[in-house]
Amino acid sequence: MLSPADTLKPAPQPQAGTAAEGPSPFCRAAGLSLAALARLLSGASVRWVASQPDTCQRVYFANHTSHLDAIVIWSSLPQAVRELTRPVAAKDYWSRGIVRRWLAQEVFNAILIDRTDIKVHQSPVDLMLREVGTTKSLIVFPEGGRSVTGEIGEFKSGLYYLAKKRPEIELVPVHIDNLNRVLPRGEFLPVPLLSCISFGPPLWLERGEAKVDFLERARRAVLALKE
Amino acid sequence: MNDLRTIALIAGVLTLLTAATAVGQFLKRHPDRGLDPAAVNTFNLRLRGWWIMCTVLAAAFWLGTTATVVLFGLVSFWALREFITLTPTRKGDHRALFWVFFLFTPLHYVLVGLNRYDIFSVFLPVYATLFILARVAFAGDYKRFLERTAKIQAGLVVCVYCLSFAPALLQIPIAGAAAEGRGANFRLLFFLILLVQFADCMQYVWSRMLGRRLVAPTVSSNRTWEGLLGSATSTALLAAVLWWAAPPFEPWQAALAGFVIAIMGFAGGMTMSAIKRDRGVKDYGTLVVGHGGVLDRIDSMCFAAPVFYHITQLVAGA
Repeated sequence: MLSPADTLKPAPQPQAGTAAEGPSPFCRAAGLSLAALARLLSGASVRWVASQPDTCQRVYFANHTSHLDAIVIWSSLPQAVRELTRPVAAKDYWSRGIVRRWLAQEVFNAILIDRTDIKVHQSPVDLMLREVGTTKSLIVFPEGGRSVTGEIGEFKSGLYYLAKKRPEIELVPVHIDNLNRVLPRGEFLPVPLLSCISFGPPLWLERGEAKVDFLERARRAVLALKE
Repeated sequence: MNDLRTIALIAGVLTLLTAATAVGQFLKRHPDRGLDPAAVNTFNLRLRGWWIMCTVLAAAFWLGTTATVVLFGLVSFWALREFITLTPTRKGDHRALFWVFFLFTPLHYVLVGLNRYDIFSVFLPVYATLFILARVAFAGDYKRFLERTAKIQAGLVVCVYCLSFAPALLQIPIAGAAAEGRGANFRLLFFLILLVQFADCMQYVWSRMLGRRLVAPTVSSNRTWEGLLGSATSTALLAAVLWWAAPPFEPWQAALAGFVIAIMGFAGGMTMSAIKRDRGVKDYGTLVVGHGGVLDRIDSMCFAAPVFYHITQLVAGA
């Protein structure tokens, strides 16, 4: 999957390095306390609906409503699973400023995706798969951005290509409820309301399933957790 | 003498809880007694909630006035969380809500802790109200303006303002009980909590046994006039029996306080029921198993606390 162009561009390599060594004790402590803070602020109750936490390789895909989404999902996972799970985040947002960059790279061990500059030889899906190897799990937001209305938008095709290239990975739908009221788009101060994170049963790409059908099925799996 | 009263009160409650727990466990082991297993289960879960409540309260009492005020502040904060979570708000309310949670609620409890009745009695009803109205207006979203601001204000008054009168009981000077420090005040607060919980149970029991006429079938399917009357009478009786625990009261005054507490508690339950019906939910949350949310547990308390506070102030001042 590595194209020759990648070897000329070592930019994402340092992240891969930290992932292999694991975070330093300080970053680990920072991660734990931030996870606790996020849980406290978002009052998140976690439900596993016909599903169990597991350290097997998974892709958690969720609706996207708030900047808190990734960290709250991440903190909702049991410690052992959390250490193996890497959120996928937008590079244009998370590499701006020293604090955000430190949080994204060192604490959450995020995979940063360049939304503005997607090239064929450096597709985000390839980057993600290279970063996770055969052990790590991913948190992705297939809508590609935060929804303004609170409705779940159309899924972008990345999830389909992930499933197509690695058909054995479990795709776990996650529904995030009420976090958009905790920290809506365009606000920076949170209101500590109660939210709910629901994990659903895993799904896989069916043999010969069309892209549109699969993405719609995945979207409905998230919607089904809303109740 | 006064220490003896505190010990008697605590011992009485512990005995009652232990006995009830024993009965609950017995019924659980012997499902053939012809009792509804679901009711037994609810009973056991409620008991568990009471044990937790008692433990937390005992710890707070032991740590002192400040700890108790902080504890009630946290309960208010959590209840308000549940209230606003269930109330639809719009994005234009976000900044107003931020200040409500992180400035007005804590500051109010600081004022309660400092015993500034002159300020805390108007701080939320007047100044927070004015702030909420103005802040939502400044946010530029005028849609259903009065409805939205009223919701936030109702949540703040019920969950924070009213409940804070319970720890405020610790600050009322009681003539003749100065020698034992705050012990008498803690007993007073415990007296209120006990009566509120008792009234809740009696309401349920009387409604079950004699309930015929529902107060408002559309709002609550188990709250009856018979339950209200029965609960008010039994609570008044218990209050009269326990008058020695609540320092400034004569037996008849304690009975009157118990009567009013039961009626206010009932009103609180009805009010929260109406809100829940409107929102189409059964409980407010899942913090203590079997007790619904925090708000489900304290709704009666929120309504009873201010009235009991003012009755006590009246009696203690006379």
